[in-house]
Amino acid sequence: MNLDTPRGPVLYLSGVTVSFDGFRALDSLNLIVEPGELRCVIGPNGAGKTTLMDVITGKTRPDQGDVYFGEKNDLSRLSESQIARAGIGRKFQKPTVFRNHSVFENLELALATDKRVLPTLAAKLTPPQKQRIDEVLELIGLQQKAASLADLLSHGEKQWLEIGMLLVQDPRLLLLDEPVAGMSDEETARTGALLQSLSGKRTLVVVEHDMRFVASISEKITVLHEGRVLVEGTMETIRDDPRVVEVYLGR
Amino acid sequence: MNALTAPMPLSLPAASPKPPRLWPRRTWAALLCGYAALVVLVPILHLAVPAGSALHVSDYTLALAGKILCYATVALAMDLVWGYTGILSLGHGLFFALGGYAMGMYLMRAIGKDSVYGDPDLPDFMVFLDWKKVPWYWAGTGSFAQQAALSVLAPALLAFVFGFFAFRSRIRGVYFSIITQALTYAFMLLFFRNQTGFGGNNGFTDFKRILGFPLASPGTRVVLFALSATLLMGALVAARALVTSKLGRVLTAIRDAEDRLRFCGYDPIRFKLFVWTLSAALCGLAGALYVPQVGIINPGEMSPANSIEIAIWVAVGGRGTLLGPVIGAVLVNGAKSWLTAAFPELWLVLLGLSFIAVTRWLPGGLVGLWRRTARRAP
Repeated sequence: MNLDTPRGPVLYLSGVTVSFDGFRALDSLNLIVEPGELRCVIGPNGAGKTTLMDVITGKTRPDQGDVYFGEKNDLSRLSESQIARAGIGRKFQKPTVFRNHSVFENLELALATDKRVLPTLAAKLTPPQKQRIDEVLELIGLQQKAASLADLLSHGEKQWLEIGMLLVQDPRLLLLDEPVAGMSDEETARTGALLQSLSGKRTLVVVEHDMRFVASISEKITVLHEGRVLVEGTMETIRDDPRVVEVYLGR
Repeated sequence: MNALTAPMPLSLPAASPKPPRLWPRRTWAALLCGYAALVVLVPILHLAVPAGSALHVSDYTLALAGKILCYATVALAMDLVWGYTGILSLGHGLFFALGGYAMGMYLMRAIGKDSVYGDPDLPDFMVFLDWKKVPWYWAGTGSFAQQAALSVLAPALLAFVFGFFAFRSRIRGVYFSIITQALTYAFMLLFFRNQTGFGGNNGFTDFKRILGFPLASPGTRVVLFALSATLLMGALVAARALVTSKLGRVLTAIRDAEDRLRFCGYDPIRFKLFVWTLSAALCGLAGALYVPQVGIINPGEMSPANSIEIAIWVAVGGRGTLLGPVIGAVLVNGAKSWLTAAFPELWLVLLGLSFIAVTRWLPGGLVGLWRRTARRAP
């Protein structure tokens, strides 16, 4: 699906409200993400970070407000799989891969192609598709493990495989929920470099707790608090903002 | 129940980039030998070897073996939805019975004037109910082709409609299993009623001929037996081609991480609906071959216990292995026909115990055990 206005925002949320039994997980939230951005979203527990991801990917429907991908894709009307095919890839907080499939097969399943039933039954990998998988295998550093079961990978490798699955999906927007959770310092650094190399070509939204990691990769940061955007800006602006200090340290 | 619905690890990592070629050569050879034995050797032993000989296959044995082949096909169909896709159906006996009833309707009409009441058009049970003509939904049941088609289409349609609503409502795990039990139970009650028009609790029996051939003749029986073996063999090859295709990998992915698959851009509902409907159609076909061989179909086939037994065949043989469920169906039913004669009161206890034992100690079933042993021995 093509984005109709190349200059407009990739993601546009306006007045989005989501309530669970009276609790407002998102409270008339506004968020605009421009093409090629690497945006980090931070906030204390319960700030609404995961709900935000759920709304964008169609897992949760907003009670109020607009959620647009480009100008024409009204995400509040599309199903999860339609949103994925429209070009939004999501990495879960807990690494989720197909554990009884090999690394290669995981990427093959995620690959951008016709995903209806009968075309899937007849599907054969074309040489360009195979090449694309090999490229991504190299990018995520798992060429040597292409044939091993995903279940046998280490935690960090599973995280990378999941990022690789997003990449072969060829999304315009990648949503990553805590991509470096449970990673060693070295793995974290490699992941940061990988994400930075992707920004510009693609738009990334990263939800993360690790402040050092956020500072090292992101130019623009959004701080969520109680379902609203508290502050938006560079690391320096945020660090000096008294409201942020209060939210993080004041309790 | 958790152990039942939890995805079972596949024991063999697939060498991914290579195109799969269904089975290794040795497995192919074994399968073809088995098939040849069933369609050539068994008919010879039945027709040509004299009844007194130790090698003779009796009428009883032939009918029993034909029945078990149909059950094995059902087990295979069950493995596609349970073993591969992780949907535990406890109502698959319903689809089998519906296929059987569709064929049974034809067989009832084919009795004609040889019935007890001698009415050329009305089956005996309708004469007994004092009906003057066959009800509207019996129209065309005298046609073999129509009823053969119906034996596939009726269960497939029911499965499609039921699956559409169940999968769309994201009913999963034990909840789905319980609803399938309720479904088959509801149909059993419906078919028990005389007014439903399917012979009530007696069902259909006393069949005389199929397509003009007498069902009592050895030739007809041998052909039905060979057809059952062919259906099983064909279904086995087709199922293997299905599970080794990309679609098969999508099915296993639904079992292991349905959410991930949805965010990859697949619509799991469509894939589940596809395999669920296919499985029901295969059960219907097996039912249609089963009824002329055993000579009776009644609502007992729809009892919840029958459907649970199907799950036991699959679990004993090994979920997600295709061959395992076939082996499981043969072994459990073989044991059943011997034990229900020798120790009738022990059978259900042994069946239950074997199920507990498999779930507790052999999650991969007999095939899983065999693979583990084979890997340990170099």
